[in-house]
Amino acid sequence: MNLSPAVPTGTTGALGMQRGRRVALMQTLLPAIALVVLLAAVFMRQPRAMSYFGVNLLLNLAIPVMFATLAQMMVLAVSDLDLSIGPFVSLVACIGATLMPTQPVLAVLALAAAVGVYALAGALIQARQLPSIVVTLGLSFVWLGCAVLLLPTPGGTAPEWLQAAMRVKTPLLPLPIWMAVATGIVGHLLITRSAFGTLVRGLGGNPAAIGRAGWNMVRIRAGVYAIAGVFGVCAGLMLVGQSTSADANIASRYTLVAIAAAILGGAEFAGGKVAPVGAVLGALTVTLAASFLTFLNIAPDWQVGMQGLILIAVLGLRAAIDLAGGKR
Amino acid sequence: MSAIPDARVPNSAAKNAANDHALVPAASAAGQVSRGARWRRWARNRPWLGSCIAAVLAWAATQWTGDGGGSGGLLTAALAFSAFTVLVSLGQMLVISVGPGNADLSIPSTIALSGAAAMIVMNGDNAMLVPGLLAATVVGMAVGVFNFGLIRLLRIPPIIATLAASLIVMSVAINVGRGLKVKPPPLFSDLMAMRVVGVPLVALVALAVTLAIALMLERTVLGRSIAAVGQNRRAALLAGLRVERTRFLAYVICAGLAGLTGALIAGFSGGNSLDQGQEYLLMTIAVVVIGGTAVAGGRPSVPGIWGAAMFMFLLVALLNAVGAGPGLRTLLTGVIIIAVIVLASSRAER
Repeated sequence: MNLSPAVPTGTTGALGMQRGRRVALMQTLLPAIALVVLLAAVFMRQPRAMSYFGVNLLLNLAIPVMFATLAQMMVLAVSDLDLSIGPFVSLVACIGATLMPTQPVLAVLALAAAVGVYALAGALIQARQLPSIVVTLGLSFVWLGCAVLLLPTPGGTAPEWLQAAMRVKTPLLPLPIWMAVATGIVGHLLITRSAFGTLVRGLGGNPAAIGRAGWNMVRIRAGVYAIAGVFGVCAGLMLVGQSTSADANIASRYTLVAIAAAILGGAEFAGGKVAPVGAVLGALTVTLAASFLTFLNIAPDWQVGMQGLILIAVLGLRAAIDLAGGKR
Repeated sequence: MSAIPDARVPNSAAKNAANDHALVPAASAAGQVSRGARWRRWARNRPWLGSCIAAVLAWAATQWTGDGGGSGGLLTAALAFSAFTVLVSLGQMLVISVGPGNADLSIPSTIALSGAAAMIVMNGDNAMLVPGLLAATVVGMAVGVFNFGLIRLLRIPPIIATLAASLIVMSVAINVGRGLKVKPPPLFSDLMAMRVVGVPLVALVALAVTLAIALMLERTVLGRSIAAVGQNRRAALLAGLRVERTRFLAYVICAGLAGLTGALIAGFSGGNSLDQGQEYLLMTIAVVVIGGTAVAGGRPSVPGIWGAAMFMFLLVALLNAVGAGPGLRTLLTGVIIIAVIVLASSRAER
């Protein structure tokens, strides 16, 4: 899903073009290949996992991660970094477990306000030319504080309909697969196909050009952050639907997981290069890597480290492909 | 009693922040434009000023609430706790300064691992104090070498590389440090609690390291290279600077400082714990940036590290003194971080 085909610098002519295209194709396929390899390894180890219920169990936890990754990817697309998505998902989960069942109107208003604050942060970052890392770092404290105020101790109950929605038995393929397909298509249409997506990538790659063309950059960046917020709301609600209760730190690790998944999927930190389908595959891979290690009977102490190793292996492979393609 | 300071704090903060905007136009009619312009230029060249003013304001506000436990006690505590933050943040500052996208996310894991290493080497023996500190620093530097190896050899973006490394280092720390109940040697504990003329010894150590880093940045080839590489990597490369060596050293110094801090924290808190570095992940980034260091790199701000570290501690003290609960405290911390960065940007802009 790399948007611009890798341009070989060393070689020119048809041969070089072909080679560059092959590198781009390999890069696009890498997250998919990583996922397939991991899945195959899990199935070899535990053939019984190769069923409707097995896959559902394996990938269930990936659903909220996919949405969080899409949120992070939106922000990465404008060459920003969002350090607040984890606490934001936690806050949404807390709202879902406290306000949602008793005062649904208030809950919806609270979620809308949170998305509004996200958009405001985006506008502020653009208008005052602030570093996104610091603003979202501040925001992460704001979300965490709100979550603690709302739910000082772990608890609460997700509304029945939300729990039921996450337990629904989809036809043919389990829910996580359908979700992955849906989020992949939504992300792809939004980023790669829509006019807004083009503007977003333009703002990430060459903000001066977008400004010179007369676009309101404050509005674009606010829109990007608002969409990230909406994805975050989806992630939080689905998470609390799965776990049925919440706590203020339920999703704090999502911040780094989402960055890792988006990068694994082919996004870059600068230049507006993102890959929505890759991001979804990356989210599945990151989640699967964790459960894969339990299948291997690796001591829990080393599982964290193995996750790091898997991350390094996939990214090292990406570098190797680049190198083989002559891209420096 | 408490109603007065509450009303006064935001007031004086706003006044101070608006100082160079609001007052200057009023005075301009009297032909003092040049002085205003000079003052603004002076402030612009001192990006650390904002954080230091904020720290002083936070301290003064805490005093006003009259619940700070005496000015001396509060300052001593602030110095002691800020010392750790300063030590790790100085390293983070060097890494952030070598260019956009550079950051070390492995600091918490490094602190956990090096703390365990120091406790094992010291084994409660006074004589092993120095070897223990050295071991912690070396462990940290090894993590730094590993970090840069991933960045350079595998071409992984630094944020992801240090994140992956931190997962691995944490696994090692869990295996090494589990069930480790070694107390720091008595001499180490005493030194960590020692005060010289009311100033904690840790703060003096941190001050010495700060001066060394400041000198390094101003006077050595490495220091100037860090700024040059951060400002324009390509220009630095064309000028014949050893760009990759500079980045390598920034990561190694950063991890080495985190390693040393891990040992000091373990000594301070009477033993190693695996989550002793947890808070320093976001804290170091916040401190570095609030302190005025450019996120895009090339402009480190050493005095700002102290200002911002003190500010972050005093802010929590202030919110405690006002009686804010943990939720409200976190919420206000976030709002104030954003406010400080907005104010700092308006000063730099005009």
